[in-house]
Amino acid sequence: MKYRTVFDIIGPIMIGPSSSHTAGAAKIGRVARLLFGRQPKWAKVSFYGSFAQTYQGHGTDVAIIGGILDFDTFDERIPSSLSIAEEIGMDISFIEEKANVDHPNTARIVIGDEVDQLELVGISIGGGKIEIIELNGFQLKLSGNHPALLILHQDRAGTIAAVANILAELSINIGHMEVARKEKGQMAMMTIEVDHNLDNDVLKRLMKLPNIIQATKIIQ
Amino acid sequence: MLRGAKSSMFRNVAELVRLAEKDSVSIAEIMIRQEIEVHETTRQTIMEQMDKNLSVMERAIERGLSGVASHTGLTGGDAVKMQSYISGGNYLSGKPVLDAISKAVATNEVNAAMGIICATPTAGSAGVVPGTLFAVKDQLNLTRKQMVEFLFTAGAFGFVVANNASISGAAGGCQAEVGSAAGMAAAALVQAAGGTPAQSAEAMAISLKNMLGLVCDPVAGLVEVPCVKRNAMGAANAMVSADMALAGITSRIPCDEVIEAMYKIGQTMPVALKETAQGGLAATPTGQRLAAKYFGKRA
Repeated sequence: MKYRTVFDIIGPIMIGPSSSHTAGAAKIGRVARLLFGRQPKWAKVSFYGSFAQTYQGHGTDVAIIGGILDFDTFDERIPSSLSIAEEIGMDISFIEEKANVDHPNTARIVIGDEVDQLELVGISIGGGKIEIIELNGFQLKLSGNHPALLILHQDRAGTIAAVANILAELSINIGHMEVARKEKGQMAMMTIEVDHNLDNDVLKRLMKLPNIIQATKIIQ
Repeated sequence: MLRGAKSSMFRNVAELVRLAEKDSVSIAEIMIRQEIEVHETTRQTIMEQMDKNLSVMERAIERGLSGVASHTGLTGGDAVKMQSYISGGNYLSGKPVLDAISKAVATNEVNAAMGIICATPTAGSAGVVPGTLFAVKDQLNLTRKQMVEFLFTAGAFGFVVANNASISGAAGGCQAEVGSAAGMAAAALVQAAGGTPAQSAEAMAISLKNMLGLVCDPVAGLVEVPCVKRNAMGAANAMVSADMALAGITSRIPCDEVIEAMYKIGQTMPVALKETAQGGLAATPTGQRLAAKYFGKRA
C-alpha cells in the first residue's frame, strides 16, 4: 500500500497552494539536505512533467529550495525561500526538462559545496507523499513510510551480512531492504527500512565495519 | 501479505464497512484502531494529532472569512461575499449548503495566498472536508471529539481511494482531488448525521460518480482558477450526496467500483488535462493571457 496512515490523507499541515507541488517538493528538498548533511553552497534543480509545466504557479521552486534550507512543509519562510537563499549566497538554478519520465511530478536535485555534491531524484505521488527513486546514480525506492538506513559501501562479499549482523545484535528488525550497484566490484548502496528510529551509535558501529563508506539515517 | 497488512486492515470500502458492522462501531473507530496499530501508539496520541489538524482547518476558515487575496489577485474575497449573501436571508439553495460553500472557498483562498492549511486529501482540494464539517457542526451539535471523528471517517475513505486509485491531479485529474474530497466529506457527513457505515459508502459512491471525468486544468499553473470554485461545488456535491444517502437512496454501482472507474478514467485522461496547464480552462484565450501576464509564457 502506497499510503500507510490516515495522516497522509488528512494532512500534512502545510503552506499552500499544492500538496504535491509545494509540500511534496519541500519534502524532496529536505531529504536531499538531510542526506547531504549541511547547508549546500549551490543547488541545481530540474523539473519534469507537470512539475516543469506548473512549478512557478504552484510554488514548487520556493518549496524545493525551502526544503534544501531545511524548512518543514508548514514553515512560513517557504514563500520567501528564494530571497533567503540569495541572502546567504546560495547559488540556485532551475531547469525545465522536456524528457518524458515515468511519474508526472519528478524533480532532480543536485546540491553541493567545494567538498562534495549529492544528486537525488524524487517523485511526489499526491497529497504530500513522496518517494526517492535515485540517489547519486543508484536506483532505489525509499517511501519515507518508515525510518531507514542508507549505506554506501564497496561491493564486496560479506558486507551485507556484516551490516545485518550488527542490526541483529541490536535487535533492530529489517522491514524492507534492497541493494543496488552501478558496476560489479565498485560502489554499492544498501537501503534498509526499519521499524523504529535509530540513534547515532548504530551509525558509528556500522561505519567501523570494513567496506563501509558512509552510513546515513532517515528518521520519521 | 503486504507489510503492515494485518487482519484488521481494510483494503477497500466493502471491507471497511464490514469491519464496522462486525464490531458495531463507527468507521471513524475502525480508522482510529488501525492508526493505533500502525503507529504502535496510544489512542490519545492519535486523537491529539488529528485535533491539531482540525485546529489548522478552523484557523484557515477564520482567516478566509475575514478576507484574503492571493499574490496574483485572481482569488480571494469570495468567501466573504457568500457570507454576507447568506446574512441577507434571500437565497435559493439552503443555508447549510451555502455555508459549506463559503467555508470551503475560505480555505482554498487561504491556500492560494500561500497561507497555512491542512491537506485533505490534497491542498488544492483542502476546502471540501473542513467546509462541510464547519457548516454542519452547530446544526448537528457536534462535540470537539465528534469533529475529530469526522476527519477520521473522511480519512478512512480517502485512504482507500489513495491506495486503490489516486489523489493526485497530475496522475488522475481533478476527479482524484476534489472528487475524492467530496466523496470523503459526503461519507463523513452521513456518519455525523447519524447514518450507518453502509450509508456512508453510498454517499461516497453517489458523490464521486458525479465528479468522474473532472479534469485538472489550472490557469497559469496556479492553484486558483478553477480550483477555488471547484472546492465550492465539491462541498455542495458532498452535502447533497449525504442527504441522498440519508434518504435511503443507494448507488447501483458499488463504491469500490466507482473508485476503480475513477482510477481508469484518470489513466486514460490526456496529459494536457492532468495538471499541466496545457488544456481545458488553462488553454482558453483568457487562461493564456493570464499565464502570459504572470509568468511571461504561453500555456
